[in-house]
Amino acid sequence: MTVTLAAAITLLPFLASAAGLLGSRWPRGAPGTPDKAAARRAAWIAILPAAVSAVLAGWLALRWWGGARDTTAGTLTIIDTGGLPISVGLEVTELSVLVGLLVTVVALAVQVYSVGYLGDDRRYPSYSAFISLFTSAMLLVIYAGDLLVLYAGWEIMGLCSYLLIGHWWEDLGNSRAAIKAFLVTRLGDVGFLFGIFVLGVGAGSFRIADVLARFPQMSTATLIVATLLLLAGVAGKSAQVPLHTWLPDAMAGPTPISALIHAATMVAAGIFMVARLFPVFEAAGPTLDVLAVLAALGMLGAALAALAQDDLKRVLAYSTISQLAYMAAALAAGDDEAAIFHLVSHGAFKALLFLCAGAVIHAVGSNLMSDMGGLRRIMPITFVTMTIGFAALVGLPPASGFFSKDAVLVAVEQASAEGPLTDAAAWLLYACALATVAVTGAYATRAWLRTFFGERRVVALPEPEPGTAHVFTAHEAPLSMRVPLVVLAVPALLFGFVGLGDMHWGTAAVSVALALLGAGITYSAWRSDPLADPARLLGPFRVPCEQAFYVDTAYHAIFVRPVLRLARVVVGTDDGVVDGAVRGSGRLTLGAAGLLRFAQNGNVQLYVSGLLAGVLLIAVGAVMFG
Amino acid sequence: MSWIPIALLTVPLAGALLLLAPGPTRPETRARLLRAYGLGVSGITFVLALVLALTFDYGDAGRMQFTTDQSWIPGLDLRFHLGVDGISLPLIVLTTLLTLLCFVYLTGTRNERPRALSCTLLVLEVGMIGTFLALDLLLFFVFFEVVLIPMYFVIAIWGGQGRRAAAIKFILYTVLGSVVLLLGLLLIWAQTGTLDMVALAQAHGSGMARSVQIVAFVAIGIGLAVKTPMWPLHTWLPDAHTEAPTVGSVLLAGVLLKMGTYGFARIAIPVLPEGAAAVAPWLGAFAVVGIIYGALACLAQRDLKRMIAYSSVGHMGFVLLGFATLTPVGINAALFGNVAHGLITGLLFFLAGAVKERYGTADMPTLGGGMLGRLPRMGSLLTFACVASLGLPGLAGFWGEMLALLGAYEPGAGLSRPLYLTFMAIGGIGTVLTAAYFLVMLSKVTHGPPAKTSGGLMADVRGYELAAWVPLVALILLFGLWPKALLLITTPAVQTLLGAP
Repeated sequence: MTVTLAAAITLLPFLASAAGLLGSRWPRGAPGTPDKAAARRAAWIAILPAAVSAVLAGWLALRWWGGARDTTAGTLTIIDTGGLPISVGLEVTELSVLVGLLVTVVALAVQVYSVGYLGDDRRYPSYSAFISLFTSAMLLVIYAGDLLVLYAGWEIMGLCSYLLIGHWWEDLGNSRAAIKAFLVTRLGDVGFLFGIFVLGVGAGSFRIADVLARFPQMSTATLIVATLLLLAGVAGKSAQVPLHTWLPDAMAGPTPISALIHAATMVAAGIFMVARLFPVFEAAGPTLDVLAVLAALGMLGAALAALAQDDLKRVLAYSTISQLAYMAAALAAGDDEAAIFHLVSHGAFKALLFLCAGAVIHAVGSNLMSDMGGLRRIMPITFVTMTIGFAALVGLPPASGFFSKDAVLVAVEQASAEGPLTDAAAWLLYACALATVAVTGAYATRAWLRTFFGERRVVALPEPEPGTAHVFTAHEAPLSMRVPLVVLAVPALLFGFVGLGDMHWGTAAVSVALALLGAGITYSAWRSDPLADPARLLGPFRVPCEQAFYVDTAYHAIFVRPVLRLARVVVGTDDGVVDGAVRGSGRLTLGAAGLLRFAQNGNVQLYVSGLLAGVLLIAVGAVMFG
Repeated sequence: MSWIPIALLTVPLAGALLLLAPGPTRPETRARLLRAYGLGVSGITFVLALVLALTFDYGDAGRMQFTTDQSWIPGLDLRFHLGVDGISLPLIVLTTLLTLLCFVYLTGTRNERPRALSCTLLVLEVGMIGTFLALDLLLFFVFFEVVLIPMYFVIAIWGGQGRRAAAIKFILYTVLGSVVLLLGLLLIWAQTGTLDMVALAQAHGSGMARSVQIVAFVAIGIGLAVKTPMWPLHTWLPDAHTEAPTVGSVLLAGVLLKMGTYGFARIAIPVLPEGAAAVAPWLGAFAVVGIIYGALACLAQRDLKRMIAYSSVGHMGFVLLGFATLTPVGINAALFGNVAHGLITGLLFFLAGAVKERYGTADMPTLGGGMLGRLPRMGSLLTFACVASLGLPGLAGFWGEMLALLGAYEPGAGLSRPLYLTFMAIGGIGTVLTAAYFLVMLSKVTHGPPAKTSGGLMADVRGYELAAWVPLVALILLFGLWPKALLLITTPAVQTLLGAP
């Protein structure tokens, strides 16, 4: 029963996406005009299954914690590959029940919100269908009972991310951002796939339950290799250093997508995967060290980058990288429960922040904070809900982030005393985690002040850019956008109380003090000159922070350009070798009467082919018998 | 003796011969009749293949079924020996399907000398089906060669600007390969005294010294590798594809390339196991070089058709890598990749042909961008085909590549593991590069503001095009979501082929 529910939760959005892609434009309206009826049909096709999925996920959770845990695993079929079989099946665990609930609720909120945000877009039907497909793929990752089934969902999420970032493909910048997101994550996914091979072949099965049961018999070296390879996929999907560069660019997509995919769910998939296989990672100490160092660098670096951005969505994107690094830190410190706690609370408050940012951007018609200001009077509901979101991000009580960040900090603190990490890694992680708390307070306050306070700097744009469908309207967001804000504000504010019993008030006091320190510095800088950007406090480091420490530039120089140059060389060789050989053979034929006949027929290619084949024959023969 | 394989050969052959008879004189009647005729003959052939697939005994897919064994030329020891097993069945159905879809596509396009084209395509079909049915080495070779002549004419008569040079290059290259192939086959015959593939495969190389097996494998391998094509013997392919008409490209990529890889699975590996074990590392090395080389060449291409042609070099690299692992999973991967590539690249060439027909060019900078705006359905289909081709899970292209890499992770007994791990890693990088060139191409062609320069108002996907493409889309989805449909058939056959218990 349990697993049947999970299958239904996963399949419903998939069917919705198929129906939405094929069916929503039929019957067709008048050609040339935006088809209102199609958009309405598409909205129903998308929202109803998402709602049913969310209700079922809620029921599953109630049943689960009510104690009804019958048949948690089910296999549809076993694919015999000639080697290790693939079992197409699902498995429900406590972790997947929780994360599944998060995903379905956020997905439903985003689907509803999108009607207001993009409902009059010409391509809304395909857009909502891609969100449905994404939801289904994410749920497949969550409930998968087999590593390769998980991988299938993992990659399909990547495709949906590509399609949705490139939603406004008229602008080639968006198209480039989409390509970058797909390729960077795919690079990580190659490692991920190889990690699955190592783990699956080592355990003799790709089933996650079997892997978890049999990994103690595997050698430590195998485990380290496997987990490090898996970590590559995690770094790609969860935008961790060194594969984090795609996420800020991915903000080119519509804001609901940033909320759903690039904040609440897909980027959390990497963290989820580590938590799912956590016993395996715990047995591979060096991997956790690597994870700790990457998390430490990522959280502080991304927070500093967030402090210097002018684009509101990029601020939130870097903050996502930073917060995901907190989750990774908790995992590295050996506390997967703290990581998942922060994952769920972050999923709620970051989705809320993005949807609020979307409402602001929708109203202002610009992503840049230098175009905003003074919006608290015009958009009171957005102001209140976004304030809750920022409070949760900074970790101020009683918002959910206060509790979940405390859990993470406690885990890291304990790891520096005792735990799987080496001392150096643990202390680096602890120091960076505390420093990041202060920087988080600073950048959140800066964004909050520059958006909602001070003078209104809004100027109506003369011509709406692609991606900003509206010029300044000076109105609160429409109802379909306000409702998801309020709905998400509730868990962002209150979800943390489930962790009330496990609070460490000493750590919490330190963290709140640090956050307030960061916020206070920003506030005083802003207070002295409300029109100037508080980022000026960074002084000479401002530009490097704004450029995210030039990682993108470096990657471009190290990877992209050489590959393109190599590609041109290959094309040159491919033409050159053939042409060159043809020219050379033309000279040779003068001396070879037999071959001259071919030349006269214009059949020099025969000679070239013969030459190539002969050389290869001789070469292979020499190697074989030599 | 079974009638279906013979009918599969005689129906298109009789259809081609009948076209030589004079038809009605009025041009319109003739054109209409010809369209219906081509559809009819290829349709009947496809139905026959479906009957074959439906009556096939899946419980025993490793055994040769529907066999026919008649003496043909006793002096040469040549026998008319046909049969079907789990390896050839998917390819036969694929061949008849693609031929039918080509005829469906032809109903909507105008061609010069349509009767000759129909006749040529039907002869081509005879050769292709025969190659996959033949169980006698010499008979296999005969059908293998029969294919070349009609394909030469398809390129040379109905091709583009540089068709003559491309056609000559195609025929000389492949004939040269065939010569080497024939030498290898004759070497097997001289050593064992039989041409019967089933008997030879059951013998698993007994009766042939290791050195003989190696020489024979290299000779046969080169002959097949030209057709596949394997780097560095691929240079005929881009020209042939660029110049060939759409239906020619589709059949060339969809079926002809498969004949090379099929030869590895049917002859080279089972008949010469020791030769295979000795040469496999080389095969694997050429395969992964081909993957990277093909991907890099694609990245810098300007011409859409040429790019898809080079992408075949990369994809066939994965197929060859699967064979080179000499494991059941690797050979399964190769057979799966074969069928998937036939469907996906067939669709890609159909689309490229339709683009070229509308824009008058396949040069990407001239095409401009914004196809999703001008021709939304065409752009969407192109996106779908590219995504399938770059190996997304859930679509057919994924399983072949993934299983080939899995095979390389654990290569067959006696093969160097570190070497194959290197192959696996290089193949993995190849998948990233593959994604890169397809996405860059999509960005150039389908994204961006719609180009205002070339062409006037264009029709989006037309009815006959949809009819020709939808079956491919459906099958790509089917095999992607339910790979068991294909693996179920190939796995027992592969076990038999490798002599596994």
